[in-house]
Amino acid sequence: MKKLLTVTLLSAAVLAGTAQARDYDTVRFGVDVPYEPMEYRTPDGELTGFDIDLGNALCAEIGVECEWVVQGWDGIIPGLMSRKYDAIMSSMTINDDRRKQVLFSDPYFTPPSAWFVPGDSEIDDPSEETLTDKNIGVQRGTLQDNYASDMYGSVADINRYATADDMVLDMEAGRLDIVFLDFPVGKSTLLDSEDNDYKVIGEMITEPKEYFGDGFGIAFRKRDEDLAKKFNEALATLKENGTYDEIRQEYFEDNAK
Amino acid sequence: MEQLSAWFTQLLADNSIFTARTLGYYGEGLVTTVQLVFLSLVIGLVIAVPLSIARGSKRKWIKMPIFFYTYVFRGTPLLIQLYMIYYGVVFIDGIQESWLWIILEEPFYPALIAFTLNTVAYTTEIFHGAIKATSKGEIEAARAYGMSKSLMMRRIILPSAFRRALPAYGNEVIFMLHASAIASVVTIMDLTGAARLVYARFYAPFDAFLFVAALYLCLTFAILYLFRFLEKRMLVHLRPLN
Repeated sequence: MKKLLTVTLLSAAVLAGTAQARDYDTVRFGVDVPYEPMEYRTPDGELTGFDIDLGNALCAEIGVECEWVVQGWDGIIPGLMSRKYDAIMSSMTINDDRRKQVLFSDPYFTPPSAWFVPGDSEIDDPSEETLTDKNIGVQRGTLQDNYASDMYGSVADINRYATADDMVLDMEAGRLDIVFLDFPVGKSTLLDSEDNDYKVIGEMITEPKEYFGDGFGIAFRKRDEDLAKKFNEALATLKENGTYDEIRQEYFEDNAK
Repeated sequence: MEQLSAWFTQLLADNSIFTARTLGYYGEGLVTTVQLVFLSLVIGLVIAVPLSIARGSKRKWIKMPIFFYTYVFRGTPLLIQLYMIYYGVVFIDGIQESWLWIILEEPFYPALIAFTLNTVAYTTEIFHGAIKATSKGEIEAARAYGMSKSLMMRRIILPSAFRRALPAYGNEVIFMLHASAIASVVTIMDLTGAARLVYARFYAPFDAFLFVAALYLCLTFAILYLFRFLEKRMLVHLRPLN
């Protein structure tokens, strides 16, 4: 009898648990900081950036609370799977490899990637010839890493960093000849830095799609289709009523689409 | 048994992670790790022997700096030492123009320097302890034969101290192998760096890290075996008869 009671109680608890999980009073977002201007900390330690502001606006639109969980990039998808948070909003590009693991929202932003070099660099256009024996910096496990490794891994040295910060530091130190980054991030960390001794070379890169995918999306666990749908609707609303453009204006003066 | 092999074939059939390319990453990583650890241990051993003798000197101005050095390097995490040597030195003005930069520019050498300094500190203390534990009788006997200090050091104290230090030094070698896993934070593609890359690319933590753990186990086994062999040969006089 006692056993039966325990089982009933336990299953009730489990049911209540799942019911709560589906309703999502609070949505926890995994985010990898710093990745300026998409997500970074203000000097007093507050999280801010385009993703954070847009995420908060989306949550307000849906009527749930947002919580932000800081998580290193290379463990960000496993963290979602192990329920450390319910969604990832961290400049994650939608591509087929990731689609196997997670469910993506509609794209909310599509930045190009770009090559950055020191101002006095002799490299004027990235190609196999100009990059031979050069040190290329990328953040480990990003699509820029995959692209650079596949295109130039056989001729150049690919240096993979855990964070974008370490990479910028090594660029300033002179250990890297060239880095490959999301353009908005490179712009605010390198071009807009105090010394501003860097330049972009070559074209903005958005092709081929197998690497660069369809822009940034919010990633959910595959079973959370309802939640993804809510966020898609909210995103459409924010784009219509101008809130999206306002947030965008705040972080990007140019109109990178 | 049949079930097991069927399970194994199936496991390999839908394996998209361990392709020739990722195995290549692991292969390169293995070479880098072995290089780093082997070089730092050899250089470390060469430096540590004279230091451990000097560490036992009666003169304070010889003894104290070496004690201070081993204290600092044993008292701080290796990761911090590596960060200081790789990222920290960059902030010294003018270092990019000096000859030192040729060494510090590549991540391999800062890591090698950090590992060597660290292992020298530990090895010095291990040998120092072994030298100090030389039995009085051996030293008195050597003196009775009229040996000079250096001859006594060479013929009596060091050989017996090395034998005594062997098991402890074997541990230090294994610790060094495991400590080398942090080399990947300064962009070196060692074994752990390869595992992290595979992890980040395929989002498969278990596969990537289990495989690399198996590789580390093999390396550790080789080291264990080597030291077992050395101990058997060199400590043969301590074994009971039959």
